[in-house]
Amino acid sequence: MSAAAPVVELKQITKRFPGIVANDSISLTLEKGEIHALLGENGAGKSTLMNIVFGLYQPDEGSIEIGGKPVIIDNPNKAIELGIGMVHQHFKLVEPFTVTENIVLGMEPKKGLKIDYKSAAEQVRKLSEQYGLQVNPNAKIHDISVGMQQRVEIMKTLYRGADILIFDEPTAVLTPQEITELMAIMKRLVAEGKSIILITHKLKEIMEISDRVTIIRRGKVIDTVKTAGTNPNELAEKMVGRGVTFKVDKQNPHIGSSVLKLTNVSSKSKEGVAVLNGLSFEVKAGEILGIAGVDGNGQSELIQAITGLRKIDSGSITVSGKEIANLSPRKVSEMNVSHIPEDRHKHGLVLDFTVSENMVLETYYKSPYNQNGFLNKEIIDQHAEDLVKQFDVRTPSIENKARSLSGGNQQKAIIAREIDKNPTLLIAAQPTRGLDVGAIEFVQKQLIAQRDQGKAVLLISFELDEIMNVSDRIAVIYEGQIVGEVFPQDTNDQELGLMMAGSLKRGGHADV
Amino acid sequence: MSKLRKIFATDSYIVPLVAIVMGFLVGAIVMLVGGYDPIAAYSALFKRVFGSPYDFGEAIREMTPLMFTGLAVAFAFRSGMFNIGADGQVLIGMTAASVVGIKFAGALPNFVLVPLAVIIAGVCGGLWAGIAGYLKAKRGINEVITTIMLNWVALFLSNYIVRSFLLLQGQNRSEDIPASLSMTFLNSVFDNARLHWGTAIALAAAVFFYVYLWKTKQGYEMRAVGLNPHAAEYAGMNVGRNVIKAMFISGVFAGLAGAGEVLGVFHYQSVFAASPGYGFDGIAVALLGLTHPLGVILAAILYGTLTYGSAGMSFGADVPPELIRIVIGSIIFFIAAQGIVRWVLKPFYFKRKKEKVL
Repeated sequence: MSAAAPVVELKQITKRFPGIVANDSISLTLEKGEIHALLGENGAGKSTLMNIVFGLYQPDEGSIEIGGKPVIIDNPNKAIELGIGMVHQHFKLVEPFTVTENIVLGMEPKKGLKIDYKSAAEQVRKLSEQYGLQVNPNAKIHDISVGMQQRVEIMKTLYRGADILIFDEPTAVLTPQEITELMAIMKRLVAEGKSIILITHKLKEIMEISDRVTIIRRGKVIDTVKTAGTNPNELAEKMVGRGVTFKVDKQNPHIGSSVLKLTNVSSKSKEGVAVLNGLSFEVKAGEILGIAGVDGNGQSELIQAITGLRKIDSGSITVSGKEIANLSPRKVSEMNVSHIPEDRHKHGLVLDFTVSENMVLETYYKSPYNQNGFLNKEIIDQHAEDLVKQFDVRTPSIENKARSLSGGNQQKAIIAREIDKNPTLLIAAQPTRGLDVGAIEFVQKQLIAQRDQGKAVLLISFELDEIMNVSDRIAVIYEGQIVGEVFPQDTNDQELGLMMAGSLKRGGHADV
Repeated sequence: MSKLRKIFATDSYIVPLVAIVMGFLVGAIVMLVGGYDPIAAYSALFKRVFGSPYDFGEAIREMTPLMFTGLAVAFAFRSGMFNIGADGQVLIGMTAASVVGIKFAGALPNFVLVPLAVIIAGVCGGLWAGIAGYLKAKRGINEVITTIMLNWVALFLSNYIVRSFLLLQGQNRSEDIPASLSMTFLNSVFDNARLHWGTAIALAAAVFFYVYLWKTKQGYEMRAVGLNPHAAEYAGMNVGRNVIKAMFISGVFAGLAGAGEVLGVFHYQSVFAASPGYGFDGIAVALLGLTHPLGVILAAILYGTLTYGSAGMSFGADVPPELIRIVIGSIIFFIAAQGIVRWVLKPFYFKRKKEKVL
């Protein structure tokens, strides 16, 4: 490395929380003009470490040096002063404000008592030219795309004079095209002399853009390697601590008769906007249909329509030939439809119920759990014990609250409950979101096992890799319509990306 | 037995206990600052409550409506709602009991009349709370706002009913109510203190609360809706119906408090100039009892003891009875701000935790 002092040097950082050591004597250096990736599973301690750098937490032991000088960063303002900027995963923008207003917020150029918007806009324009960040300074945040919102976040840090940028999972919400653009922006930033720490668990991005990678597992640094001298398999192995197969093992599907059939389904939001727009597709027994699409194109509404949580205005939804449109969620569930919801905390579990109580969330009213209006605790507990054992849900006991489980085990509990209902149709919405590699493997295997047993599986995911690996057939959703149907072996990321962005239609139904 | 041990193994009871002690300490400090003798004041307080059979009976009378309204607020809370309107529901219960107790007095024998008046009081209180439940379920209106508004409607509606249909000539109160919930057979033991069956009904209500919420299918639904309405909806539960039902049951508890007061204590209903405040004390009791039925009963006992005993403080030790409000306020503060209590307990706490691990 160069002889100059590194821009950031973390020395033996240790951070303890009650019961766990989140960071165990972590050391890390960031050189000037470098993109340094921080790789680790969920809960490995990446975010804790970056929150320490950004002044949100104080380390229990260890020190931080910026440009060779030891510093104490006790709040985010101090971090900003030191030239550290953070691009958060969930954007922190004021939606009704314009791009310029958001960028200067808190540091507005003033003219007397008034805010000098002219010079603000001018500064924004300059920054945008210098770094190749295309934004419309006068557009309101809620009118612009997610990719542009992220560029606004980046410009916020630059406007505050950041030389060190921390990106927290920046690609989670972007389309493949937007990811490519972001990569270009990051390269431009380092070319202009900035240094970047990139937090991610996507190996592809790390291989493509970073100079060095530090792998963290259970709060400890496992290794720091040059990206040029490694490969995804090695990185994954270091991250998880064992060998991982990326290719999902599966046999050819044995496709049976039609199970779920949607015909011209339309539904409007409260504001009268059509969120489902004459949508049609079909899922057959023994196959996994993957719905690919960018977040917000009607995926959530589609699931709600099928599961009875949303009324549809026209069209038909049938399960095994029976109409289920506009039935109550319970009626739909009794048609042997299981649903792994997108948001497991909000929709999948009652976090303050015990594991045991959560296992009967949809069946508590049936015999043998319900006997003359009273719940039979022994049978419910036995049922939970069986499921916990069968699906390897790691919990100290079934009496523990669901809240106390890790994300992966919460998801396992939901999957156990849903599969135990022995469904003919299994809907899995974002089933691996936020899970680490080990848990992802487990979930995907379960989906494939269900399909091999002749169940129809509908998989909705924003992760293209997941769609490509797990599905037998892919339907692309864009603005509430299916704009194309393809087989995974006949397509690639680029083509799917274009379809997801609405600029390409292809395949399948003649009526789309 | 093992269950009992489990209850005492957790710290859920330690925090309120310490909060109570700290509340008394704060009260003592305020008294010292004000130049009063806290020991004399507190002993006068307890002497007042436990000193004579009459006072002891009257203290129980004081606790009874607090048990009901505490249960009412706690039950709604467990189902995810904040029932500020227990006060209005008490008034509606009172009025219903008075109407039945006076208007059907001749027509029905007492052993039918009294239960009927009590049941109708409960049902009317429930329906009154149900209005707020319905508006929340069907129109999405926050129950805090509707229950507060309904308190005023209840106050003036019950005054109107008493004035128009039940008024005792020349007085600002209803006629005497022949139907009585009083436990007259205890008169000799408690020196004519106004004890009534409402206390027994309140204890039964607490048992019902526990069994219903934790043992039955409907209670399971209600708790699920209270803890996470979204997940409950996804799991196929009817959230709106549960909201209405929970508010109804909450209102029944409050309505019964009203029946106890008019049928068991006063035997008539006044025209109220302002809201009597049972419902608001019920909020404090519910918080103090950590919204658990057993806790609510204990909290009502404490709250009733302090309120009733505070009169003794002014007679016995010349300490203004309002000081007891500081004690009650501090206790609630310490329970709500559990962090402070845990901080005080920290030295003990860590030791205990370590022992557990070993």
